[in-house]
Amino acid sequence: MQLSPDDITAIFLSLKLAGTVTFLLLLLCTPLAWWLAHSTSILKPIISAFVALPLVLPPTVLGFYFLIIAGPSGPLGSLTEALGLGLLPFTYWGLVVASLFYSLPFVVQPLQNAFEIQGRRPMEIAATLGARPIDGFFSVMLPLCRPAYITAATLGFAHTLGEFGLILMMGGNIPGETRVVSVQIYNHVEALEYGNAHSLAALMLGFSLLILLLLYSFQGRKLIGFKS
Amino acid sequence: MTETQTHEVCLSFDFALQHSAKNKAAEFQLKIKATLPLQGVTAIYGPSGSGKTTLLRCIAGLEPKAKGHCAVAEKIWQDERYTLPTFKRDLAYVSQAPSLFTHLTVAQNLAYGESRRTPGRDQAFYDKVLSTMGIGHLLARMPAQLSGGEEQRVSIARALLTRPQVLLMDEPLSALDQPRKREILPYLEQLAAQFQIAILYVTHSLDELVRLADRVLVLEDGKLIESGSTLAIFNRLESPLQDSDEPSALLDVIAVENHNNGPLMRAEIPGGQQSLWIKAGAETKGKSLRLRVLARDVSIALSNHDDSSILNRLPAIIDAIQLNSATGTAVVTLKVGEQVLFAAITQLSLEKLQLREGISVWAQIKSVAIAR
Repeated sequence: MQLSPDDITAIFLSLKLAGTVTFLLLLLCTPLAWWLAHSTSILKPIISAFVALPLVLPPTVLGFYFLIIAGPSGPLGSLTEALGLGLLPFTYWGLVVASLFYSLPFVVQPLQNAFEIQGRRPMEIAATLGARPIDGFFSVMLPLCRPAYITAATLGFAHTLGEFGLILMMGGNIPGETRVVSVQIYNHVEALEYGNAHSLAALMLGFSLLILLLLYSFQGRKLIGFKS
Repeated sequence: MTETQTHEVCLSFDFALQHSAKNKAAEFQLKIKATLPLQGVTAIYGPSGSGKTTLLRCIAGLEPKAKGHCAVAEKIWQDERYTLPTFKRDLAYVSQAPSLFTHLTVAQNLAYGESRRTPGRDQAFYDKVLSTMGIGHLLARMPAQLSGGEEQRVSIARALLTRPQVLLMDEPLSALDQPRKREILPYLEQLAAQFQIAILYVTHSLDELVRLADRVLVLEDGKLIESGSTLAIFNRLESPLQDSDEPSALLDVIAVENHNNGPLMRAEIPGGQQSLWIKAGAETKGKSLRLRVLARDVSIALSNHDDSSILNRLPAIIDAIQLNSATGTAVVTLKVGEQVLFAAITQLSLEKLQLREGISVWAQIKSVAIAR
């Protein structure tokens, strides 16, 4: 195993990015998935389509638009500058924001599925037993949907860990800031450092395989997968 | 329903609900208005699809599209501008389908509503509910380890432990076997009698209705077609509660005294000096009983036959006669004081005895069944 200090930095950056994104996605996707599961609004198909977009679009397309929107003349860029946050592209938090979109469907869909399968009944029963909606959600719905949360977290984490195109488009290649493992592997290959590339690639392969293996053996195949 | 007017504490509602569907046949409209005393058991009876469950859900506040008014005692649950959320309504709901939380043990399920609805555990009440439902040994189990009957008993116990003002029960016993039904029914009766609690009881079972209900709401197509005391609704030949092949009448009586401490009990018919002999144990003494008398067990005589082996002979007045010329039989409606009996006789007897409305006769009752 040849791991340079830069490689170690890249590994920790990747884990930090994936962890942050997964945490934020679980928070954001819970209300979004709830709304998608229960809404009859005409907006629902539109929102569903946007949520699913990252599944089909090349990451370069996402990255390109993100650069434009979050750049100095884009609406998000003007906003972040006005708030004194500077610009998002080529920063760690820029990667976090872009990754939120990129991994969104992998977290929303298992949760939405679980909420749809459970239906309104558990919440209704909780309400007839005196539980407020928030209380009912945390005391009944969340425990009942725990397998879905584990699936969502695992897929969100693994998918964020594996992103490359999007990061290259808008994150650049700044050590300790935006240079994650996938980019570092690319750098090694570009520099013909196949030994280093191999170490990192094998590490990624082994790690990804391990978490998916854990997930599948823990829950069985049925709980994963998306709504058809 | 004079009873309704004398009680001040009422559950009243007036709901309108439209379920629209793309398929015209699946459209459903509910429009029901009623006032019930906040006491005793009201059965909600009707064919499937008549809106029984929907009515319970409206009362529970689980049908957001329901419009109208609902009040319990002084408290408004719903009016034109305001809807009290379900979790603030002093009610409990037992449905037909399993409803235990699968991630909690039986004990945790029982505590779920209790801890949210009541200030604290009343240990004596808790123990009593558990022993009545026969679930004391199940506390540590998960719902997946229970049989259907056990699960339903835990659900009923969970509802009772919240000590609700209104208990909504949607065919709660349909998943239970007969012996367990017989065990739980008296407890539900007792519960209704002891507490200021209104039980709304959806059922398909006439047996349960006859046993439990003080009042009945009969629904059809989302409308209330009959409402009133169980006896008033039941004791009409054209009543939707009657079995047209086997008409019967209900009679509320009070058990007075045993004959020589034997198995025969004298039961008085309220409002008159009449009494009947029934087979009932000494434990029923002083209690109010509901008897069911089949029309085919009642015959008619023009005079009192002292020399008959039939013990139960009551003076009665013929109120109505319904002929069935196809079978050559007739069902005679008899008034015994305020109460009603039916007698199934042949058309030939009718002619021979020259029976007609308004004349006094003797009703001879061969057997009675105690419904509760």
